[in-house]
Order: sequence, then C-alpha cells, then structure tokens
Amino acid sequence: MMAAGQADRTRSRRLRARALILAFLVPALALYAVFVLFPIVQAARFSLYKWNGLGALTDFIGFRNYVTAFNSPVFVTSVSNNLLVIVLSLSIQIPFSLSLAVLLNRRFRGRSVFRLLFFLPYVLSEAVTGIVFSLMLRPGSLVDSGLGAVGLGSLVQDWLGDGTMVMISLFVIISWKYFGFHMILLLAGLQGIPREIEEAALIDGADRRRVFRYITLPLLGPTLRVSVFLSIIGALQLFDLVWVMTAGGPLNASSTMATGMFKAGFVAHQMGYGSALAVVLFSFGLVVALLYQRFVLRRDTDGALTVYGG
Amino acid sequence: MRAPSQVAVARRGRSVPRLHLGGVAAYVVMVLVAGAILIPIGYAILGGFKTNGQLAADPGSILPSTWVTENYVDVLVGKNAATFWLQAFNSVVVALVCVFMAVGCASLAAFVLARYAFRGREAMYTLFVFGLLFPSAVAILPLYILVRDLGLYGNLLGVALPEAAFQLPLTVVILRPFFRSIPVELEDAARVDGCGPFGFFWRILLPLARPALATVSVLAIVSTWNAFFLPLVLLNGADQWTLPLGVMNFSTEYSSDQARVLAYTVVAMIPALIFYALAERHIVSGLTGGSVKG
Repeated sequence: MMAAGQADRTRSRRLRARALILAFLVPALALYAVFVLFPIVQAARFSLYKWNGLGALTDFIGFRNYVTAFNSPVFVTSVSNNLLVIVLSLSIQIPFSLSLAVLLNRRFRGRSVFRLLFFLPYVLSEAVTGIVFSLMLRPGSLVDSGLGAVGLGSLVQDWLGDGTMVMISLFVIISWKYFGFHMILLLAGLQGIPREIEEAALIDGADRRRVFRYITLPLLGPTLRVSVFLSIIGALQLFDLVWVMTAGGPLNASSTMATGMFKAGFVAHQMGYGSALAVVLFSFGLVVALLYQRFVLRRDTDGALTVYGG
Repeated sequence: MRAPSQVAVARRGRSVPRLHLGGVAAYVVMVLVAGAILIPIGYAILGGFKTNGQLAADPGSILPSTWVTENYVDVLVGKNAATFWLQAFNSVVVALVCVFMAVGCASLAAFVLARYAFRGREAMYTLFVFGLLFPSAVAILPLYILVRDLGLYGNLLGVALPEAAFQLPLTVVILRPFFRSIPVELEDAARVDGCGPFGFFWRILLPLARPALATVSVLAIVSTWNAFFLPLVLLNGADQWTLPLGVMNFSTEYSSDQARVLAYTVVAMIPALIFYALAERHIVSGLTGGSVKG
C-alpha cells in the first residue's frame, strides 16, 4: 500500500516536472520553429517550383531552378565574389586584426582608448557606414582629393563604378567595419593565455618571434578558428553594405549570392529561383559548419561557445 | 618551482612601456588605424555643417568655412523631422519588442536546458546552436511569404518577431552556462522555503542573472537597431521604415544634396554612439565571454 502510494506520488511528480519543462520550452521553441526553421524548410520546397510568390504553388519543375542558377553568369560572378571576400578576409583582415590584438595586449598608455575606437565601427549600422563611404568615394570627393593632396593622384579610380575595382573597395569598407570585432575576439583569446607560459619560454631563451609562433599562436587556436568561421559565414551572406553602396552593380560586378536572391525574389518576382539561390547559400554554410564541427568545435566548445557573435 | 618574484620581475621588466623603436612603430600604426576610423565619422559630422558648395569645391577641407546648422535643424525640427522621428520611433518599437521576446523566451528555455535533466535536452540545445552556424539570409524569401500570409507585412510586429527568433540562439547559448552556474543549494533552500520552480526562476534566478541578462539585451538591441535586410523585405514605405532603411532612402532621395544626407546620417548614428558609450562593456563581454580586460 505504502509503496504503491509512493510510486503514484513519484509518477505525478515526474509528470508535473515534465509539464513544467514543456511549458518553459514552448515559447522559445514556437518562435524559433515558426520564424527560423520553418522558412528554411520552405525555401527548399519553393526552390522546386516556378513561382512568382502569388497564387498556388503548382508549377513543379524539379531541379531546373538549380540548373538555371549554375548556368547563369551573374550567379557565377556572385559566388566568386563571395569567395573572393572570404579569401581576402582570411588572408588580410584576420591577420591585420590579430596584429592589432597583439599590440593591444601590451600594457601602454592609451590602450583602452585605442581599443574603444577600433571596436566602434562594429556598432554602426551597415546603412550608415555604406552611405558615408559612398559619399567619400564619389569621383572628386574626399578620397580622390586626399590622394591628390599627398601626391598619389595617379591612383585615383572610379572606386565603386569600375567593375574590377568595386569588390576591392567593398572589401576595404567591410574590413573597416569588422576588423575591430575580430580584434576584440582575438584580444580576449590572447588575454586568456597565462602570461607565465610565454614568460617561461622567454626565460628559457626563446626569442619573441618563436614564442609567438610556437606558443601564443597554438594556444590562440580556438579563438582564431571561431574568428575564421564567423568571417566565412559573414562573407557568405554579404548583403547590407553591397546593397546600400552598389546594389550589386555596376553591371552585376559586385553581385553576391544574397543580392542575387533579393533581386530574384523582389525585383524579378521569381520566388522559386530565389529560393534555389537560398538553398545553395545554405549548402555553402552547411559545408563550412560541418567542417568546423568535425575538425574544431569538439575541441573548442569549452569557453569559446559564447564567442559566436556577429 | 620557479620563484614567483622572478616571474614578477620578468613581467615588470618586459611590459612597462618604453620608448624603444618597436614601441614607436606600434604607436604609429595604431594612430594611423585610429585616423582611418575617425576620418569617415568626422567627415560625416563636419560635412553636415558645410554647404554643398563647399563639399563639392573643397572636399579635403576639415572644418566648414562657414558653419551651417540648417541641415541638422532640418532633420531634427524642420521639414524632414516628422519622417526622421517616426522612423526613430519605429526603430525603438522594433528593438524593444525584439528584446522583450528574445530575452523572455530564451531565459525560460535556458532555465530548463540548464537545470533539468530530460531526454532530448542536448538535442534541443544543439538545435539552438544550429541557429548560430547557418547564414540567416537563407530564410529571407520564405519569411516574406510567411509574414505576408500571417497578415503582418508592413507591421512592426512582423519584423520584431523574426528578429527575436533570430536572436534566440545567441541568447540561449550565453544564458545557459550562466544559469547553470547558480548553485543547486540555493534552489534547495528556496524549495524548503516553499518556492516552486517558477518562483525560483522569477524571484531568485533572474535577479541573480542580471549581468547576463543585460549583456544579451544589449547584444539584441545592437543587432536589431542596425538590422537592414529583414526590415527591407518586411516593411513597406517611409512611415513604416526603421532608421537604417530611412537613411538609405533619404540618401537616394536627396542624392544631390550631400550635406543634408550627411546630417541625416549623423543624427541616425548618434543613438548607436551613445549606446556604445554606455554599454560597450556589455557588448564586449557578451561577444567574448567576459574575458577582455583593461
């Protein structure tokens, strides 16, 4: 009798705990499922139809939207522009951020002022950034006259109007906005390395360069990989700055996967085709995320997880 | 065991700033970078005080030849003021709704994900982590269809809800370890005193988690305040737009009136700058797990 009553009580307590867990999870899960997970599934579904976004989804065309995409010169330009930004970010922007993080990791007068200043562009909106730079880069405006004033007038270009120059200009502005973010991540990583380790190596006779190469850099690995990952994901979905400054022009020279997707959906009213572009973008992201997961995440989860920011 | 004093001596000897050659070069680099950051911002602020004539004739001059306040006055109280303030209001509404929804839902979820053992917990957590790993632009077109079909197109709520949903992963991931670190003894004591699970969550856990809640709120505000892609797709017309869209539209509408565009842009960036000045610590600690010092 006693035991049965206890079992009942345990069961009802367990039921109550389960109800509680469910009640706490439901709001977040519902919001997330409706506005994040469901649209992703929908993108995959829409991508198999020819559809202008209105009316019923009836014109099933299989993978033809994907075939169209891969045969489209604009799409190929878009993908290579995204890849270009990835390559430039990893080879220029992140090393630059790392150098500044190393400089800021020393103690000197004015350090926090520099840190505050370098990180500041991160909080400005891309719209504001894009507009100010557009005005500065107009022919004959601040950048041109500045170059002229220091005797480099021969370098003057149509920064945003020239098809070969435009991606370089955009990359510089992207770096202006985001190097501070990566610098802050890397600085946090550097400050997490106990100074005693580096000092022990210095005392043992290693020079500063070797200490950096064989001690600091490997210990910074987890942070560096997070930085690389975020940089790649950001570059893959590059949209705001490009849209504000060039809208993908001139003649699609600065088109990205995301601007192509936007144009397909809202200018050409090809929701099916636009969704196919979204799925391609997703697949790129997935490959990167899986590689990251496979090689990196398991080792880096401790302490580095909260770093996924931008 | 190395003598600690030896380490201390080595540290002091090496990190005190001295004016040696490397230090000077480092300083020069940092001053140049600081200049590169300040020039566009200074150009915008001072340009708003110039005339278009001066901007065109002498783009390299730093200070305005005559200080013109008309451009700023026009944005703040003049003929463009109504639009500007309406868009600022829209931005505030979207940001507040988004923060409230994201932080509210995420704290509830993070609470059980942190402190209850149940089947599927880690899978559910991974589902949220997944949201951090994929490019959110993927969802844009179907979101437009969804929001339109829900009758929320052109409605600020229709922007705030998806924004909140996209903010959930980061918020859950930051809050869960924080909630987990609050000792079980506290929960036991609360239970003995007659506090149910929700009472513990509401009256003990949330107040203790205030620093973490501030951090996630600040991050959510920054990202919604600056959001461009979602509002571009989900809002329709100057009356509904948030500031980033308003700024963009103003710059196309007045593309020949550079000084006015600069003034509008500067006024639109002031809230972000003030916010940065007040909450920089929270932004940095949220992004780095609280480990930046100095």
